[in-house]
Amino acid sequence: MGLFSRFTEGLQKSRESFREDVNLLLNRAPKVDEEFWDGLEEALIMSDMGGYSASTIVDKLRNEAVRKGYRDARDVLAALNDQIAGEFVDGGDAILGEDGIVLFVGVNGSGKTTTVGKIAKQAKDAGRTVILGSGDTFRAAAIEQLEVWAERADVEIVARERGSDPASVCYETIERGEQVGANLVLIDTAGRLHTSADLMRELEKVVNVVRKRANMPVRLVLVIDATTGQNGLQQAREFNGALDLDGVIITKLDGTAKGGIAVAVAHYLKLPIVKLGVGEQLDDLKDFDAKEYAAALIGDFGTE
Amino acid sequence: MFDNLQDQLQEVFDDLKGKGRLSEADISVAMRRVRMALLEADVSFKVVKSFVTKATARCMEADVLESLTPAQNVIKVVLDELTSLLGESESKLELAPNKQPNVIMLVGLQGSGKTTAAAKLAYLLKREGHNPLLIACDVYRPAAADQLETLGGEIGVRVYRSDEKDPVAIAKAGIRDAIDNLKDVCIVDTAGRLHVDEDMMAEAESIKAAVDPDEVLMVVDAMTGQDVVNVVETFSERVEFDGVIMSKMDGDARGGGALSVREATGKPIKFISSGEKPDSLEVFHPDRMARRILGMGDVVSLIESAVKVQQEEEEAEATERLRKMDLNLNDFLDMNRQIRKMGGVGKLISALPGGDRMMSQGQVDEHALDRMEVIINSMTKQEREKPDIINGSRRARIAAGAGVTVTAVNQLLKQYSETRKQVKKMMSQYSDMSNNSGRGRGKKGKKGGKKRRGPRMGMPGLGGMSMADIKKIQEMME
Repeated sequence: MGLFSRFTEGLQKSRESFREDVNLLLNRAPKVDEEFWDGLEEALIMSDMGGYSASTIVDKLRNEAVRKGYRDARDVLAALNDQIAGEFVDGGDAILGEDGIVLFVGVNGSGKTTTVGKIAKQAKDAGRTVILGSGDTFRAAAIEQLEVWAERADVEIVARERGSDPASVCYETIERGEQVGANLVLIDTAGRLHTSADLMRELEKVVNVVRKRANMPVRLVLVIDATTGQNGLQQAREFNGALDLDGVIITKLDGTAKGGIAVAVAHYLKLPIVKLGVGEQLDDLKDFDAKEYAAALIGDFGTE
Repeated sequence: MFDNLQDQLQEVFDDLKGKGRLSEADISVAMRRVRMALLEADVSFKVVKSFVTKATARCMEADVLESLTPAQNVIKVVLDELTSLLGESESKLELAPNKQPNVIMLVGLQGSGKTTAAAKLAYLLKREGHNPLLIACDVYRPAAADQLETLGGEIGVRVYRSDEKDPVAIAKAGIRDAIDNLKDVCIVDTAGRLHVDEDMMAEAESIKAAVDPDEVLMVVDAMTGQDVVNVVETFSERVEFDGVIMSKMDGDARGGGALSVREATGKPIKFISSGEKPDSLEVFHPDRMARRILGMGDVVSLIESAVKVQQEEEEAEATERLRKMDLNLNDFLDMNRQIRKMGGVGKLISALPGGDRMMSQGQVDEHALDRMEVIINSMTKQEREKPDIINGSRRARIAAGAGVTVTAVNQLLKQYSETRKQVKKMMSQYSDMSNNSGRGRGKKGKKGGKKRRGPRMGMPGLGGMSMADIKKIQEMME
């Protein structure tokens, strides 16, 4: 029971709607028949897991159901929970937990700046010395936005005027971080579509500069909006190909979006999930736990 | 696992290629792939389901065009259905002509691109001769008003902002400001809100009631997945928007959400927004969107240009010559000129399904045809008509005249003679076939003759997509 107790916000809604779907299934088809499998596939697709991922998972489960002689839908769903949880890889905690420089990248509007602000607050509250770098020198008022977050979190921020070279802002941020003895440097970058070759090259340059100048491990985190559909996988692939990502943060899980794209990203790219964004307030940031995430997606029948 | 929709449909159609008729089983295989393709394009599950049922029924109908290959029939059915679902005509902004000011209100989720869209809309209206005012009503996101003010400054449109905490009051004051300053259109940018956030949805309702907008536009991110239905349904119920702006269309998301929006709310997509530049707001074209969702490239505009260029007589003549196996270098030249008129090999190929991929992988040499033409231009009339007379010294002369090496000339001639051999071989096959099937010999011959043109023209990897196929698609579209 305790497993789910922390998960009362955000994913709760996802879980409820998924549970409704699956409950319907259970009521209609307690036996594991064709209708059940079709319905299960539908429910998985609705979570944005992707058509291929969904049918792969269902196929695997079907085999397993025969092999292990599952009696009814309940057994299958328990196995499904394990299967989804098994797609996720470990290592997400270290990315923000250890000392280092973390760059946040992603497409426009995914929630990078807000996430940086929330992480700064969390780390500051945990007693760490945090410094923010405003690497988004492109979007209008992005710097001002991060400055407000810095103030809320009570941490120092390094910023230059809009239009200046993001790489040099990063350089300066790291330098300032050294001076004040920061053990967590968080750098916001401008949102860019992964299809924009120029902007991706610019980002590569920024990352190279940071890696060269860094005195601490450099980590790259992709921020993905939970409402993103299958394009999220493409985003993750492109950013990973260009920058060699270390992890992923899923934001906006406080809506009805189920964030199933995280399963696809974990499955294909083996990237750990670092944090989950569940709202706009300073503390709306949750730790990721594979079992919990899977449970939130598929409903907690075992505990009912 | 397929990377994109284009590959998926390509595969469906490859499977169907060469089959004379579609069996029920074929249709079912094709439709399974179409279903998966649509799901991967983020079309909502329920919409996909009803779509596939409809399309399957249409494919089963007897009156599918016999002149098309099975694959083309499936494309046609799928494309037609998609286009009609997306709304067959374009939908424009509805402004009241005698009202001062008209009010446009933007709503949407966080990060969907409202503020950017607001600035783009203002720019569009300004260019159309309006005098717009932007009103910044996002009091929640830090620096949101700063962002709008900066964008407004860049496009020379005034932005109304206030330190007031109540967005309803700001919106009202903004409208008064517009009246005082003789602005004819107000664009109200609101805060991003989640459809499940009761307070925020109520606030959107109050803003709407306060400003009485002529148009409420919802901004929807093209990358949104299955959840888009929940989102737009709630927004539609609460603020009853009039249309949608699909944002971030410059990415590679297929934008299947557009279809779901249409199906779930019946509201039209009015604009697509693609890019950071202020002028990147375009009117929505359902047919183009349908092709984007299917990853089909801009086949129609290609066909439009093909129709303009291609003279039936010319073609008939060439076909006749081909049929008699009397192929000469002038055919090469004609073909090249036609292709250039259509925008060159690059445009031609990228407009074909799978073509963008080939172009980006560098499989296509855009200038191969031009080099070929230069060489042929250095030949005498006689040499072009009877390439067999080209001997060593002629080759040297042609090479010098064209500014290429003799090897290049040799290559061209080798390509020519191989093509001629293939054509010869194929023509005999086709005349056998047409005799057996009892079909018109000329037509088959024409198809066969044209078929060879793809590879002959030095378009590697085109996989049988030739002028004949383009013509077929053209017939299909009519």
